[in-house]
Amino acid sequence: MSRFRLPKGGRIDRARPISFRFDGKSYGGFVGDTLASALIANGVHLVGRSFKYHRPRGIMTAGADEMNALVGVGADQTRYTPNMRATLVELYHGLVAESQNRWPSLGFDVGAVNDFLSPFFPAGFYYKTFMWPKPAWKQLYEPVIRAAAGLGKAPTASDADRYMQCYAHCDVLVVGAGPAGLAAALAAAETGARVILCDEQREFGGSLLASDTDTAIDGLSAIEWVAKAVEALARHENVTLLTRTTAFGYYPHNFLGLIERVTDHVAQPDPALPRERLWQVRAKEVVLATGALERPLVFPENDRPGVMLADAARTYAARYAARPGTRAVIATAHDEAYRAALTLKQAGVQIAAIADMRPQAEGEWPAAARAAGIEVMTGTAITGTRGRMRVSGATLARIKGDGTAEKGEQFACDLVLMSGGFTPSVHLFSQSKGKLIYDEGLKAFVPGASPERNRSAGACAGETGLHATLESGYAAGEGAVRAAGFGGGLSGRSLTVTEKISAGGGFAGAVPHGRNPSFVKAFVDFQNDSTSKDIKLATREGFLSVEHVKRYTTTGMATDQGKTSNMNMLGILSDTLGKPIPEIGITTFRPPYTPVTFGAFAGMSRGELFDPARRTAIHDWAAEQGAAFEDVSLWKRAHYFPQAGEDMHAAVNRECKAVRESVGVFDASTLGKIEVVGPDAAEFMNRMYINAWTKLEPGRCRYGVMCREDGFVMDDGVVGRIAADRFHVTTTTGGAPAVLNMMEDYLQTEWPDLNVWLTSTTEQWAVIAVQGPNARKVLEPLVGDIDLSAAAMPHMSVREGHICGVQTRLFRVSFTGELGFEVNVPADYGRAVWEAIWASARRFDAVAYGTETMHVLRAEKGFIIVGQETDGTATPDDVGLTWAIGKLKKDFVGKRSLARAQMSNPQRKQLVGLLSLDNRSVLEEGAQIVANPNEPVPMAMIGHVTSSYWSSVLGHPIALAMVKGGRVRLGDTLHVPMPGKTLQVKVVEPVFFDKEGARLND
Amino acid sequence: MLLIACPYCGERPETEFRYAGEAHIARPHDPSALNDDEWVDFLYQRANPKGLHVERWRHIHGCARFFNAVRDTVSDRIFKTYEAGEPRPDVNAVAADVLAKESER
Amino acid sequence: MTEFLGTELSGTEFSGANLANARTGALDRFAGAASALVVTPGDPATRFIFRGGKAAQAAMGDAFGIALPVQSCRAATGQSRAALWLGPDEWLLTGEDGQAETLFAALESALAGVPHSLVDISHRNISILLSGPKAAAALNTACPLDLALESFPVGMCTRTVFGKAEVLIWRTGDTLFHLETWRSFGPYIWGLLSLAQREYGAL
Repeated sequence: MSRFRLPKGGRIDRARPISFRFDGKSYGGFVGDTLASALIANGVHLVGRSFKYHRPRGIMTAGADEMNALVGVGADQTRYTPNMRATLVELYHGLVAESQNRWPSLGFDVGAVNDFLSPFFPAGFYYKTFMWPKPAWKQLYEPVIRAAAGLGKAPTASDADRYMQCYAHCDVLVVGAGPAGLAAALAAAETGARVILCDEQREFGGSLLASDTDTAIDGLSAIEWVAKAVEALARHENVTLLTRTTAFGYYPHNFLGLIERVTDHVAQPDPALPRERLWQVRAKEVVLATGALERPLVFPENDRPGVMLADAARTYAARYAARPGTRAVIATAHDEAYRAALTLKQAGVQIAAIADMRPQAEGEWPAAARAAGIEVMTGTAITGTRGRMRVSGATLARIKGDGTAEKGEQFACDLVLMSGGFTPSVHLFSQSKGKLIYDEGLKAFVPGASPERNRSAGACAGETGLHATLESGYAAGEGAVRAAGFGGGLSGRSLTVTEKISAGGGFAGAVPHGRNPSFVKAFVDFQNDSTSKDIKLATREGFLSVEHVKRYTTTGMATDQGKTSNMNMLGILSDTLGKPIPEIGITTFRPPYTPVTFGAFAGMSRGELFDPARRTAIHDWAAEQGAAFEDVSLWKRAHYFPQAGEDMHAAVNRECKAVRESVGVFDASTLGKIEVVGPDAAEFMNRMYINAWTKLEPGRCRYGVMCREDGFVMDDGVVGRIAADRFHVTTTTGGAPAVLNMMEDYLQTEWPDLNVWLTSTTEQWAVIAVQGPNARKVLEPLVGDIDLSAAAMPHMSVREGHICGVQTRLFRVSFTGELGFEVNVPADYGRAVWEAIWASARRFDAVAYGTETMHVLRAEKGFIIVGQETDGTATPDDVGLTWAIGKLKKDFVGKRSLARAQMSNPQRKQLVGLLSLDNRSVLEEGAQIVANPNEPVPMAMIGHVTSSYWSSVLGHPIALAMVKGGRVRLGDTLHVPMPGKTLQVKVVEPVFFDKEGARLND
Repeated sequence: MLLIACPYCGERPETEFRYAGEAHIARPHDPSALNDDEWVDFLYQRANPKGLHVERWRHIHGCARFFNAVRDTVSDRIFKTYEAGEPRPDVNAVAADVLAKESER
Repeated sequence: MTEFLGTELSGTEFSGANLANARTGALDRFAGAASALVVTPGDPATRFIFRGGKAAQAAMGDAFGIALPVQSCRAATGQSRAALWLGPDEWLLTGEDGQAETLFAALESALAGVPHSLVDISHRNISILLSGPKAAAALNTACPLDLALESFPVGMCTRTVFGKAEVLIWRTGDTLFHLETWRSFGPYIWGLLSLAQREYGAL
């Protein structure tokens, strides 16, 4: 076994050894290890290269705050995840990980030349350096910068894993299962309340998992107490215990996002289980027990592999039985480092010296360290380190009376530990829009008031010491569960804790070093490679607000979101600007607390289930015939029906001709349908539509146009009057929900006195359009109880009856200009009736046609499509529908707006037809139209093409367009500039075929 | 995701609702009696306050009713919801009342 | 001695237990697994949306044979028929399949002269039935409502969202749910539930 693995102790299972690979080399570890602890136990500290300067970096922390040890995990691209914190990656047998941002190898990295070029990379160098020439940004600078600076590579293959999501509700959500969180959960659970307890680690316990051997709670060792607490919680049916689950986001009204890593730690996962589960929790009350993070010290060369946070080193020794080095220099401004020194000394690490920046260190821990024979130097700072791939020495110097440092003394070592004190983890609290209050004693911000129903407990609330932490946990749990409406059941309890107290304090800012500032790098944000020098430079260049400094230097903007750098940045700003920290303020914390995979956010919304794919009752028939489909809102619609060897144009040309010459069958089921019923139905229709409805007799239909209140066309469709008090309203496919919403809005809020009600029937009816000169002959043998003759059933009429014994609402309507019917049958009968009609139609060389042919046929007739000819700024008159307006109506939605002078300006864009003068060029939809192609660019654009097709029936292209003052330009020649050529078009009436409409009334 | 108390169905998640703009802007009984400026005010002028706002929501994926809510646009606190057609409440009094009751607890 | 098959230790005495019902079948473990979550398509049915004011509610209750629930989000059931509150003036009325035309005519004639709206949506909606101890959990993969029994009791029904689709959820038993959705959303909802079943159905 490696000499860096302690022979006993820790939370690893020595009976279950594991082998894993890092950068191609095989190593051993145990169940219970993280990748970081296993690497340390193998003597490996160098694990990555820094973002900008490619400096060698090592493992610096033991948790979510890790800034350096970002690795790619996964043996193949389908399961590869970049940028994982090695400190949170649980070891499993066969794990494959690699370092990032280095080439060709971690030990020899070409990019490291950036470190020597660093004078050229000051804060904001992107903005200063890459100014010109302008095109070079896209072609040269950006690709090079992206390749050189960066994190891991996104996997290239589709993700093979599954991700699930769930919603959950509880009375009390406890975030963090360290001592405070466990105590809070215990207090809340006893009342029978629904409690969820989550923690990002593989097991509950938090800091207690790395406790000193002499810590005791109620006579139990810390580990025993944790086990007992978890056992007690597990007995409650209403308690949900979530390990490996990070609460990453706090959203309004106590809605929290949790990410559970379900199988990431398993070598051979159960295929029934997802890789991760996104929990969306609505909690009545929230207890935040998120602990605190140790602050690094900002001193020159504080980033070498082998430099670690003191408490992290202690955690590796105590929890993972991993010895982080052989000889340590410790630099601190807090008692906690003394505790680390004692633990490490017991683990066989030689302690060269403890340099404490404070003039005195007289607490229980410093006393114990001195008693153990450790050299303590107060009033002393660390002013630099040596070594390349691993730290080999540190310089310690006395701090003079004026705050500057003397020339220092060298200490050989392979481990440098630092502690600037602890920063409460207020991320989630801040996300809840809670106010933060600066605590001078802690040199950190602590939670104040929040608009959300939450409370903070333990170290994240600024508590220090185990006793105080447990007490605040119990109190928070009780307070939360009472606020959630639970009383009683809270048993009295005793709490005795044996511990040594760590005195607070700490340091935020740059450690004095007395060296030439031009030649040193003291890192503040390790992940983004920003230094104290960068922050000072930013202030000299006039960036005084913390939000500006943050963005200019990118301090705190890496994937660790400044967990370890924010307070030091504020300390440096405070020094430089001569203002106290509270006056500088703090940047806002935003979700996520730690990165969350895209897979978890996408959840089940992948592939077929990304969106609901709405299919009609006739869809499968069309698919069997080889139809090509297109998306229309969420619907899949048959676009065209190609026969062998046909492309779209050939198919559409054939379909169009067949409809005009004989008959075609079309699935119109997706049309929106609304049943408007009640004694005031006609009055309601009068108010909603521009048309007049009062005189429409039952059994007759009318083309209806609806405006918004601003007078612009919103939707259109045929409306059939089924009975005096019942209208069958159709809408466009995409417009159906919006039309129903607007109708309900007026009905509920403006005209609640009307006795009329609305019901969506879009999906009740399958709609089969039969169009063409032979349409009547197709239907006649199938319909017994409806007289289809022109005399009995004229154009724009509707009848109820049966087709093939199935109930039908049969419309005589046409969107093609031909004799046409639309057969509505209850949807489950759609396919059977379609097939019966198809069998009858085939007697006449019929075609099944799709939406493309439908578009061509209606364009030949100049029928508009809302959303194609109109764009939300077209009035009924603009698109030639003035005839539809009920002139005698006193009011309808949009009428007052249409009365504004601008709405009848003759220079508004108006619907016209266009014919290409060359008789063969099909214009591009969306193309701009100009009057004079010789004008200098930019030419005055007077309109645009809205619809354009080849008309096989007419033998030439046709187009519809919206052109300024178009109706007085009839006969004019206009121009459509296209790349390489300008097309000439003649303005014509927007009806190209059967202008008199004789065929409709056949 | 907000939690919104539908006056008919009780507290429901925001995804069941659709926002519908400022409340208590009634359509004039006789639009033709308004001059252009008055009509434009009705169509387009909205308060958009920072703080207490009275707004319409529709429980579109629930009971489908439109209703009104008093919401603080800064904190997202919703102090009151009530049926469409009820008069506009004194928003400051509504918020103060809720906050006073809360501090009593 | 205590390991002797089928005997119980009582003090120091042995007593023979009755093992008449103690068979262990070869497929028992699969039967147990299947019951955690069962998802099945519902049968076709007659369905109407009924809307109207107070007078119409009472008249419809009489004609339909079930008093329409006035409490929000509650369903009332009778023999093979049910009336579900959807909104303050909107109910879903369901009955056995095949009655749509006759029942519609009968109800319309009973309510003649009373302002109301009755619309046949038998084919607009489809139903999906969920059962088993994991039914609520399966729904909560994509439905944001609190489905605990105390918050969503038996007899409660409401429209809500399931992923990107609208659904009607009606709890018909402690571990029984009746879902209704529009026809074309059925396969999407079925697909999501199949994903849930992959995890929960196997438990």
